[in-house]
Amino acid sequence: MCPLMGLLLCNQIIVQVQPPVHAMIWPPVGMENPIVACCQKVRRTAAQCQRSRCLSISITVWLTFLLVFFLAPAVLGVSLGLHRLYVATLLNVFEWVTLQMKMTAKEKNQQLDKPWRNGIIAKEASLSLQQGIQGFRGPSNCRSGFQVADILYFCHSGVESIVDDEVTKRFSAQELESWNLLTRSRCHFRHVGPQLTVLWALGILIRYGVLLPLRATLAATGIILLLILTTLVGFLPSRRLRFFLSQKVHLTCYRICARSLAAIVTYHNRENKPKNGGICVANHTTPIDVIILANDGRYSLVGQAHQGLLGMVQRAMAKSTHHIWFERSEVKDRHLVAKRLSDHVADKTKQPILIFPEGTCINNTSVMMFRKGSFEISGAVHPVAIKYDPRFGDAFWDSSKFGMVSYLLRMMSSWAMVCSVWYLPPMSREGGEDAVQFANRVKAAIAAQGGLVDLNWDGGLKRAKVKEAYKEEQQRLYSKVLVSELTQGGDDKHSKEENLEG
Amino acid sequence: MGSSSSRINSIPDAQQLMQETGFSAAHIVRLHERFESLDTERRGELSQETVNFASFVRILAHFRPAERSRGSRGGAQQELANCTSRKLQFAFQLYDQDRDGKISREELLQVLRAMLGIQVTEEQLQSIVERAIQEADLDGDDAISFDEFKKSLAKVNVDHKMSTGFLR
Repeated sequence: MCPLMGLLLCNQIIVQVQPPVHAMIWPPVGMENPIVACCQKVRRTAAQCQRSRCLSISITVWLTFLLVFFLAPAVLGVSLGLHRLYVATLLNVFEWVTLQMKMTAKEKNQQLDKPWRNGIIAKEASLSLQQGIQGFRGPSNCRSGFQVADILYFCHSGVESIVDDEVTKRFSAQELESWNLLTRSRCHFRHVGPQLTVLWALGILIRYGVLLPLRATLAATGIILLLILTTLVGFLPSRRLRFFLSQKVHLTCYRICARSLAAIVTYHNRENKPKNGGICVANHTTPIDVIILANDGRYSLVGQAHQGLLGMVQRAMAKSTHHIWFERSEVKDRHLVAKRLSDHVADKTKQPILIFPEGTCINNTSVMMFRKGSFEISGAVHPVAIKYDPRFGDAFWDSSKFGMVSYLLRMMSSWAMVCSVWYLPPMSREGGEDAVQFANRVKAAIAAQGGLVDLNWDGGLKRAKVKEAYKEEQQRLYSKVLVSELTQGGDDKHSKEENLEG
Repeated sequence: MGSSSSRINSIPDAQQLMQETGFSAAHIVRLHERFESLDTERRGELSQETVNFASFVRILAHFRPAERSRGSRGGAQQELANCTSRKLQFAFQLYDQDRDGKISREELLQVLRAMLGIQVTEEQLQSIVERAIQEADLDGDDAISFDEFKKSLAKVNVDHKMSTGFLR
């Protein structure tokens, strides 16, 4: 009886308690506003929860996508084959674009602009100064000495060089044969119809909405991982373990960075890849060359010690492997540079050094003069040729136009960075060859393999003025043509000399 | 993303330049690109002599290959920059820097010094100039006039030698 009574009592208390609660929720008129406000607050919080749940779900999806399709293959070194499909699709699209432009041109009864890839003028084969001047004087005029007509030769050569020359066009982006749906490419946009405009707009959406954020996230992940892991590995006590792990860390991070720039690389002749010791030389188009080569081998880098983010990266890398970073003051001391390089090369346990002998970025249509410093060191040189496909994005870093960050953003918002790397068999200096001749021989081999033009001009002309010595050389050659007038006879001897020189 | 016609419109005085010089629209656009790539400091002019784009095109117009089939145009052909007499005049003015219509001894000396630099001695230079004036000067005034200049270039195919092969 008592428990029942107790239960009844409890019920009564509950019933007594409940009405006031009811009264709180459904009060009589007059107490509505705070409650409505409370309801609204609850609804807002619910909506926010919904939104943040949406956000967290999408972030999770995004990160999983990243992990599965990019990070995991990067760590394991496996390719999913999606890149080839992407490239093939893009090529088909570009062909369709060209076809459309041709059709539009035909409708307007105009020719599709043929790009003047060889310049605006047709140049004759270059002759020596002697032969050139003789050509200008006229066939019947074989007198030696100064002729008033001589000035025509200099005038003509000068104007030809002003309109189009071999060197200055190497320092700006290459012109494309047909449009690749990027407004930044140098191309003639004369025959772009409405269909192509739609396609172009779609391209912008895809590139800036999907590709760029994806790649930027990957790049950030890659750099952060590199910094953290190399520092951690640097703390390990055992040297061998440190070496072994650092190689793995470097490789993984380089792979992530390469994927973040959408680098699709084909390596040829990998049996010629440099092993321990030795020097590896390659043509230089962009700082990304380093990442592309490091994806497939271990190299020690040479360069100037920088400040800022790049400096942090350099110091992190130096903790676990051997790289050669020079202070700005040391760079001028050529003997010091040569000594450090030779010491590194002589040590067979160290990785091969990667050097870009051009000294500056060139636009990947030609190879310019190789500085002889790296060719003075004894030992075999392993040449590597790198050629980018310009249809998918222009890889050339024009440092006068873009800083590093804007360049990287441009790369990430291009279609891809497709390139081919050829490893050439090692070359050594032959007897009787000096460093300059050896450098030229290596340069010719790289140019021949990569399909690039072999130039003897210095890449430093990008920033510096032409040295007086070149002008003096021309004056010297011309004076030889004239001075034969003053020393009677010996014309034949002079012309023979000119033929050897020219 | 414009068409080439809007690019030609963005170049100042393009139509007038095309009339004067006979360059096609595509050539003018191309030369403008070249001018801008040479003008690295973006001053709108080249070198200390302040050559602006219009002068650039007018000078280069002298080097267009001469057209032959315009006989019916008559007097109009004389106006074009790339006719033979204008080319010869251009070459003459390379020597005649003070534009007085004669190449004096000093002017010839100056030009030869620029072409030879320090490679020949002063005496050799003087003797070269002496000989050149003797050969070309027909009326004995110790200077080369435009007619004498033309005569000494009689055997040279000026049309061909003073033309740069502009692609169509």
